[in-house]
Amino acid sequence: MSEDIVDHRKRRILTAAATVVGGIGVAYVATPFIFSMEPSAKAQAAGAPIDVDVSKLQVGQLLTVEWRGKPVWILRRNQEMLDRMQTIAGQLRDPGSDELSQQPHYAKNEYRSIKPDIMVMEGICTHLGCAPTYRPELAPADLGSEWKGGFFCPCHGSRYDLSGRVYAGVPAPSNLKVPPYRFVTDTRILIGVDPERA
Amino acid sequence: MREWLHLGKEWIESRFPLKEFWEDHLVKYYAPKNLNFWYFFGSLAMLVFGIQVITGIFLTMNYKPTAETAFASVEYIMRDVNWGWLIRYMHSTGASFFFVVIYLHMFRAFLYGSYKKPRELLWLFGVMLFLLLMAEAFMGYLLPWGQMSYWGAQVIISLFGAIPVIGNELALWIRGDFVVADATLNRFFAFHVIAFPLLLIALVAFHLIALHRVGSNNPDGIEIKEKKNAQGIPLDGIPFHPYFTLKDMLGAIVFLMIFSAVVFYYPEMGGWFLEKDNFVPADPLKTPEHITPLWYFTPYYAILRAVPDKFLGVVLMGAAIAVLFVVPWLDRSPVKSIRYRGPIYKAALAIFVVSFIALGYLGTVAATPIATTFSRIGTIIYFAFFLLMPVYTKYDKPKPLPDRVR
Repeated sequence: MSEDIVDHRKRRILTAAATVVGGIGVAYVATPFIFSMEPSAKAQAAGAPIDVDVSKLQVGQLLTVEWRGKPVWILRRNQEMLDRMQTIAGQLRDPGSDELSQQPHYAKNEYRSIKPDIMVMEGICTHLGCAPTYRPELAPADLGSEWKGGFFCPCHGSRYDLSGRVYAGVPAPSNLKVPPYRFVTDTRILIGVDPERA
Repeated sequence: MREWLHLGKEWIESRFPLKEFWEDHLVKYYAPKNLNFWYFFGSLAMLVFGIQVITGIFLTMNYKPTAETAFASVEYIMRDVNWGWLIRYMHSTGASFFFVVIYLHMFRAFLYGSYKKPRELLWLFGVMLFLLLMAEAFMGYLLPWGQMSYWGAQVIISLFGAIPVIGNELALWIRGDFVVADATLNRFFAFHVIAFPLLLIALVAFHLIALHRVGSNNPDGIEIKEKKNAQGIPLDGIPFHPYFTLKDMLGAIVFLMIFSAVVFYYPEMGGWFLEKDNFVPADPLKTPEHITPLWYFTPYYAILRAVPDKFLGVVLMGAAIAVLFVVPWLDRSPVKSIRYRGPIYKAALAIFVVSFIALGYLGTVAATPIATTFSRIGTIIYFAFFLLMPVYTKYDKPKPLPDRVR
């Protein structure tokens, strides 16, 4: 005859073991669902590099191109504009571009660019993702007499200079992001890949 | 004939507890006899939910959830689908009315201490419902794919990017693309019409089950179950049906009159229910001059903007909602209802309501220095109301409670 004594300890162990194994199974099954929400192969492919011709870009002119669905700005600056940007370093949060995630290392210099005159950056405010407006004029009425030209975000009032460096005391925490890019020739830029010998 | 009807009832009763359910939750479910008009808003919330589900089903029949077609399909519903304009205006007006009703429903809890023991879990389910409703409304707002839909979503999803380390990956995972795009619209549609409504229905069920276990609070904040007659029926309780079903029907009729007036005469409510910028198709390269969420999010948006630091702003906005979860344990007053509370709580609640409405207004205007200063004051009052609650409810002088409800 079978005994009517129940081994509770054995039951607990078996229940715990079954729960753990079942839990691992659930985690495995959840994986494809979670990863299906990552950017698809198509979205990744749309992130392929784009080729931009900047030969016709005038000084002070801003060219907006689309890369990975984001606006990327290309701005040609002259020496006078670059000198002006040096005078406001004291008002900036990160004038030396020390926050490394905001630009590739080859763009970490005083102009935040490979060539001083051609500035490439993503036109997305680092605060909450709005598109700042280009305000190249000096001392406009609404931005104050100290304004040396730059970008102004209409959403929450963040300010950047012509190198995309953020002013101190505005909501945006960091400088505008510089995407990876390389010069294919002197006047053609490939946005989305690092230089070959970086 | 009677014989047959009786047999039918018998047949069902031996297979399904219909009579038991009817008695337990309607004719033998005793609610306090002194419930006043503040108690309309629970049943009204269910009514609005019903309106949203039904109009939503009919909207999905003509709506096309892709970046290329979404905006045009909404205009198609508005112009070419028979009665499409009415169904869509009912849905968009319903969204705003849902929040009107829920905010009043929550205010009722602060008036009469409805979150206090033994109704803590009932309150927790309610706060979860509030959170889910906010998510549901936010995702629904992306679907028309107008400028404000697009940039509102861009801003709100960017909030997740403020979380250290995993933030940017998380925001990317939510969007399914590097910016708000077709993939985002498509998944928000799935969440808006399937996932979140199912969750909402489940939580409404939990909310009601918890309510029927503890019973409704009442404007006097006295437990009616403590005084029962010989049959075990609360002396101050009356059957939910027919008394409160009839009362709630009156509330529903008045509500529907106001609702219809808005649907037919002011569906855009001067830009408060449908924003002007949302009549422009989404443009990923151009931000509108001034981004504001719809009115029901603006108090929390004002709190976000009041903080000059991105991460802390997000933390504070999250905390503003999270603090609701602990309210039952912050309130240390021995009485529930405002009728028997001392002057301090009355003053605190009044100041809180004023500052909450002020924050709601400040969230709609541009972030000028003066608006930011007021937002900061409002934010401090918002948190002071909750975080100082253990102190001021303890030292407040309550009035003596009556023996039975009046």
